[in-house]
Amino acid sequence: MAAKRVGKRTIRLQNPPFIIATGTIVGPQEGKGPLADDFDVVSPNYTLGQKTPEQAEMRFLEEAAKIALEKAGLQPHQVDYMLAGDLLNQIISSSFAARQLGIPYLGLYGACSTFAEGVGLGSMIIDGGFADRVLVAVSSHYQTAERQYRYPIELNIQRKLTASYTVTGSGVAVLSNQGQGTRVTLVTVGVVLDLGIKDPNDMGSAMAPAAADTLFWHFSDTGTRPEDYDMILTGDLGRVGRVMLLEVLKDKGIILEDNYNDCGLMIYSDKQKVGAGGSGCACSAVVTLGHILRRMQNGELSKVLVASTGALLSPLSYQQGESVPGIAHAIVLER
Amino acid sequence: MANKLDEEQRKKDAYQRLVARKKPKPRGFRNFVVAFIVGGLICVVGQVVLSIFIARGMSQDQAAAPTLAVMIFIGALATGLGIYDYLGEFAGAGAAVPITGFSNTIVAAAMDFKREGYVLGMGAKMFLIAGPVLVFGIITAIFVGAIHLLTS
Amino acid sequence: MMYLMAFLVGGLICGIGQLILDYTRLTPGHMLVGFTVAGALLGGLGVYERFLKVAGAGALVPVSGFGASLVRGVLVESGRLGWIGLFTGVFEFTGLGLAAAVFFGFLIALIFNPRS
Repeated sequence: MAAKRVGKRTIRLQNPPFIIATGTIVGPQEGKGPLADDFDVVSPNYTLGQKTPEQAEMRFLEEAAKIALEKAGLQPHQVDYMLAGDLLNQIISSSFAARQLGIPYLGLYGACSTFAEGVGLGSMIIDGGFADRVLVAVSSHYQTAERQYRYPIELNIQRKLTASYTVTGSGVAVLSNQGQGTRVTLVTVGVVLDLGIKDPNDMGSAMAPAAADTLFWHFSDTGTRPEDYDMILTGDLGRVGRVMLLEVLKDKGIILEDNYNDCGLMIYSDKQKVGAGGSGCACSAVVTLGHILRRMQNGELSKVLVASTGALLSPLSYQQGESVPGIAHAIVLER
Repeated sequence: MANKLDEEQRKKDAYQRLVARKKPKPRGFRNFVVAFIVGGLICVVGQVVLSIFIARGMSQDQAAAPTLAVMIFIGALATGLGIYDYLGEFAGAGAAVPITGFSNTIVAAAMDFKREGYVLGMGAKMFLIAGPVLVFGIITAIFVGAIHLLTS
Repeated sequence: MMYLMAFLVGGLICGIGQLILDYTRLTPGHMLVGFTVAGALLGGLGVYERFLKVAGAGALVPVSGFGASLVRGVLVESGRLGWIGLFTGVFEFTGLGLAAAVFFGFLIALIFNPRS
């Protein structure tokens, strides 16, 4: 077996890369949430001065990347690769932002799991000796996601209790083989799982089995148990998916306790009318890179497992009656 | 092989039962009452408009079309002002079922797709949601009329 | 009295729509199509006319009233012109509303942009 593999699905990085800098920027709704102070920039509007929401999302990603590069004290040409993804067709936010930055670019799509996918892949590239520094970027935007997956913005549609609310913003991490602080130590890549949930208004339930599967294999591959982590996070299962995850894991003999939370539930307060919680690529990215990393730097947390979750559907696939496949990738952050 | 497929199906069925059991139930009573009140009030506004036309000497049949046009204007304006999506979030079908909601679907789509251009964006997608209502309404009406002609 | 009936009947139609949204898997689009077709069928049976007499705007303003108006136009015109009337009648009573929707929709969308 390849030297760095452990168990069935997990990779143990030999020289775990450091997260040397982060950039997080969010929109107005997230700015009203409990984590607002942890983000670098809270935009008071959805547009950032752009004409269309799609252009705005691209700007969100570009801004977050600039903040991260500035904090790292790097120029774009000093970064070897940019790995980025978002939710829009042909991942235009990422590619168009990459057009501005001029860093060798690899586009990713893992729906809302793209954050962990990017950090995992970036870490492998660095640990494999193919790069010194990699920039990982993801974005999502409430208005662009509504337009693509649901309905026009001003339409009179009532949000279902199971439906999530797409996080507006972007999270960027600069990974490097040198530095200090938080490192990416383990990566567990998930399989696509589909247990036949067809309701596009209930992504949480569609993704929960994939999250449970990835977490199960992570614990089994590494021989760890939930209590070995200071915190276990899922990306955007929300209120409903969280319940399903706990049930499915219980069936597999794993009980998640108080150290488990979901980024989609952390980013908004209960008073905000956001359905089942936050979702989108930016959800797990800004919560992890803004909030969790700050707490790791403070020494409050030293070992955190993040499993970003994604629903791999398209508007066409559900109109054609297909069910919603889910995926989850897990990364472990340690300092 | 057949066994494996059976097992997959059993797993799916079990999970779908779990989801059906555990997922939050809609607040049916609250939603019904709010939809009733808001929808009812919109109809009262419609009745005011209708009564004004009737007071000006129209029969109820004659007043129907202009009343709908006025309600459509009200719905369009409320959408432009950004009020109607809040009303929809609050009242669900109470905002969607009245003709003001029909008008909202047209204006919301027009506003949203304006950014993809006036012809291929706004023009092409204005009837994104209202289109099916027209298509099936018109087809039904023509069939109903044809049956009347054949049977009378 | 007419206002009370408009409130009760209009409210009830919307309430039924809400039950459909909450307890079936139909989307709002499906529900609106359903109400329009139901209104057209009831119009064809002559039921919706009586409904309009009793409830006024309570029956006219919900989208089922739009369906009934489509049929009323078709029946009036086909009574006058025969088979041609099936097609010319569709917009007899709904044409004003549709033209208004397109016209105001266009104007409003020129002026305003989506907000939240």
